[in-house]
Amino acid sequence: MASHAAAAPHTAGADAGHDDGHEHHHYTTTGLDNRKIAIWAFLGSECMLFASLISTYLIYKGKSLVGPFPHTEWVNEAGKRFEPILDIPVTSASTAVLLASSFAMVLALQAVQLKGKPIAATAGWWERIQRSSQFWLAATAFLGATFLGFQAYEFTSFVHEGLTIKTNLFGSTFFTLTGFHGAHVTVGVLWLMTLLWIDRTRGLGPKDELIVDICALYWHFVDVVWIVIFTLVYLIS
Amino acid sequence: MSHDAKHSAAHGAAHAHETHHPTGNQYLKIAIILTIITAIEVWAYYIPALVASPLFNPALIIMSALKFGIVVLFYMHIKFDHPLFRLLFTASLILALCTGTALMFLFKVF
Amino acid sequence: MATIAAPTHAGHAEASSQNTGIWSWIATTDHKRIGTLYLWTALFFFLVGGLEAVLIRTQLMKPNMGFVSAETYNQLFTMHGTTMVFLAIMPLSAAFFNFLIPLQIGARDVAFPRLNAFSYWVYLLGGIFLTVPILFDVAPNGGWFGYAPLTTVQFSPGHNIDFWVIGLQVLGVSSLAAAFNFITTIINMRAPGMTLMRMPMFTWMSFVVQFLLVLAFPPITVALVFLLMDRFFGTTFYAIAAGADPLLWQHLFWVFGHPEVYILILPAFGLVSEVLPTFSKKPLFGYNVMVYSGIMIGFLGFGVWAHHMFAVGMGAVADSIFSMMTMLIAIPTGVKIFNWIATMWAGEVRFEVPMKFAIALIGMFTIGGISGVMHSSPPADLQQTDTYFIVAHFHYVLFGGSIMGIFAGIYHYYPKMTGRFMDTGLGNLHFWGNLIGMNLTFFPMHFSGLYGMPRRIYQYDSGQGWDLFNLMSTYGTYLIALSTLVFVWNFVRSRTRGAVAGNDPWGAGTLEWSIPSPPPEYNFAQLPEVTSRYPLWDLKDPSKTAGIAHSHADAMTITDAHAVPVHEETERFTAKELGIPMPLPTAKPLFTAVGLMTMFSGLLFLRNDLFAVAMTITIGGACMFIGGLYAWLTSPLE
Repeated sequence: MASHAAAAPHTAGADAGHDDGHEHHHYTTTGLDNRKIAIWAFLGSECMLFASLISTYLIYKGKSLVGPFPHTEWVNEAGKRFEPILDIPVTSASTAVLLASSFAMVLALQAVQLKGKPIAATAGWWERIQRSSQFWLAATAFLGATFLGFQAYEFTSFVHEGLTIKTNLFGSTFFTLTGFHGAHVTVGVLWLMTLLWIDRTRGLGPKDELIVDICALYWHFVDVVWIVIFTLVYLIS
Repeated sequence: MSHDAKHSAAHGAAHAHETHHPTGNQYLKIAIILTIITAIEVWAYYIPALVASPLFNPALIIMSALKFGIVVLFYMHIKFDHPLFRLLFTASLILALCTGTALMFLFKVF
Repeated sequence: MATIAAPTHAGHAEASSQNTGIWSWIATTDHKRIGTLYLWTALFFFLVGGLEAVLIRTQLMKPNMGFVSAETYNQLFTMHGTTMVFLAIMPLSAAFFNFLIPLQIGARDVAFPRLNAFSYWVYLLGGIFLTVPILFDVAPNGGWFGYAPLTTVQFSPGHNIDFWVIGLQVLGVSSLAAAFNFITTIINMRAPGMTLMRMPMFTWMSFVVQFLLVLAFPPITVALVFLLMDRFFGTTFYAIAAGADPLLWQHLFWVFGHPEVYILILPAFGLVSEVLPTFSKKPLFGYNVMVYSGIMIGFLGFGVWAHHMFAVGMGAVADSIFSMMTMLIAIPTGVKIFNWIATMWAGEVRFEVPMKFAIALIGMFTIGGISGVMHSSPPADLQQTDTYFIVAHFHYVLFGGSIMGIFAGIYHYYPKMTGRFMDTGLGNLHFWGNLIGMNLTFFPMHFSGLYGMPRRIYQYDSGQGWDLFNLMSTYGTYLIALSTLVFVWNFVRSRTRGAVAGNDPWGAGTLEWSIPSPPPEYNFAQLPEVTSRYPLWDLKDPSKTAGIAHSHADAMTITDAHAVPVHEETERFTAKELGIPMPLPTAKPLFTAVGLMTMFSGLLFLRNDLFAVAMTITIGGACMFIGGLYAWLTSPLE
């Protein structure tokens, strides 16, 4: 980027394509875009946020006085039996969906980067579809929304089985931790839909690489947080 | 650091995208690897003999860390990007891990 | 760049006419104006917090006073702490971050000017939200550290803690947004040649502080979210009856709370590191070591939190580790003290008002630091914890350190901010009143503390040996209050009456002094090309900086910035005349901030079973927030 800027004449507009049109090519010390530095600092901060949430979950693990419990069954005073509440098959499916959405996201970024580049006449459907940023953005948002659907299903079935956010320490920590993650996914889906809308109205091209990239970084981060949650909360008993 | 930064910005960043970034097919391979690791994790969960093993938890944590690393290195392309981003993220991540571990130690989780 | 049109008087007049009026402040995106807003607002809250301190000390003047009720007393000490930490010292530092960082690194603004405005507005609204309840006797009353389970609904059923938990959550958003902004600014907006190791020490210390903010605020955000969920949605995070651990809050809070101490003190360290070289006419002694020790303090600051909790019984291993880490952190701090002394050694010291405050910081902070090392030892701490000895310790650190440093900064940078000097006579009066007053207030607390006087009690019986010390502390507080009034008078009056200051009234060496006072909106008409740590001294008195490294190599690698060697800019233009694009004024950040505050304040109604009202306000606020954000992000910056 720095080399581009150096070559371009120092006039407004000629180089505006570098950013999203909001800023002219201001000089920066590192040649990097401000927004990308900020998003990485933000993700660093998010590491601390989720570390605190996950630590609390683990600290309170096994400390609940009443059930239902995540991995063991529980019989209450009235003799009612509660199965272990976590539904591993469903959550494995939703984990796979979120992983797939990250894959769709990298292809969306790639499609934006490659927009306008010629494509070989012999290219098959796989090469061609890789060029459609709208398809991959929509796919990412759809898979993200599917994950949220799984989460909504999981939450409602837990409530039906007798576990609410008030029931015990497990309920409080579990719903807060996964709810926090779900809120991040929701923000991500809204962000993706906004990008999709921009793509449909004015088209996203290589000049917009950065705004797609920072959304992608956020999205993948939300994915890696889930990777950790899936193992520590669901699989390890 | 800023000297480094300028250097790689001038010489690296502009070309990095074309030369080093994985292609769509490589991304597909990464996705398949991630799915396989997840499948192994879930499979292991259903084998009582494995769950009873003292290596079960460490193995799951290692697999989870592996997936974490793959996504951050390739999908978040920290491997190919400016070293500054690596520094910002890994420093925060290490501090977060240390703080979380210290908290769990203080609460006698292990 | 040499062919710039000559400045016209008409242009000048036009520029000044568009830059006044209330709208120009509401919609401002200029980092200097935002810094000024921070300064005025934070000084206001400093007076509020000070007034609370006066009321507290009046109640404690004599045994068994009945000046305020026990409940009011709880609200007063809670709000005194909360106000001073979150609404006064942090934003006073933020005022300097805003005003100084771009000037010191040779930038025309911060990386995200509108985010910067957003941070300020969120701070203002959060501050009002926290402060107004005290007028209606429903102010937070659980201490500035808000220990749960005390602060859960079971033990604090009123709305008091609701205001605290929501207010702090909102203020956290402000601090985090500002921190991302300044990290980016310092990494990416430095002028050509301004390498990291040439940055002025204030910018360096601020840089460390931004990382502390970014990494220390998430744990308290999480702790506050738990408390908020417990209070509003009936979760069990802090419910002992459900098996919760009463130490969870303490640990999460102090994981934040100790780095917070360095968030409060490092900017003041940075400010005196600017003042001392200037008034000693010598470069800062041991610059590199000062940088490393600052980083070291920041880093170690994350590993000492549990020394606030020795009394809870964590066990020998944990106590030993945290005790050792705490003693260790005294080393980089001590390094700084010695480097400041060495900076003054053999210098041409001028005892101007800023210099007096800076020297006072060295002395007073050292006292607070040494008493800190005393209670880093768990056996000693068990005697001292929760007594007035601790109160003495952290007031020497925060008043003797942070406040002295910030006053040094205010007297030092006032001419840069306003173009006029503050009055020296009044400044001296303020300084001596403050110095004597603080020692009269806080030194006797060491004794009342060691005699066993606990913190946070609102009455005490006579005959325990505390009477005289308490009386001294109260008179000391009155002296501080009087001298603060002198300061306020001086601060307000000097804006129009002070002697006019030029670009560089103190003969300082860093970039911010090369431009007019107050700086024009664009800061630097031409980006400076920096070749050393004290570019202005290179220009005016090279003998001062002969001993430090100079190099053009870094500056020359960037050619597109049109940088020119550092020089004094004396003429004023408008940004338009110079063709410098400036961020447009916009009220969208304010609108977005109002949305955020509204969204959170809806929660208050939940506990009155006004579910519909709560949802209406929260959803309305959320729509405002999201709408404001979209409007902001889709409109051009400049």
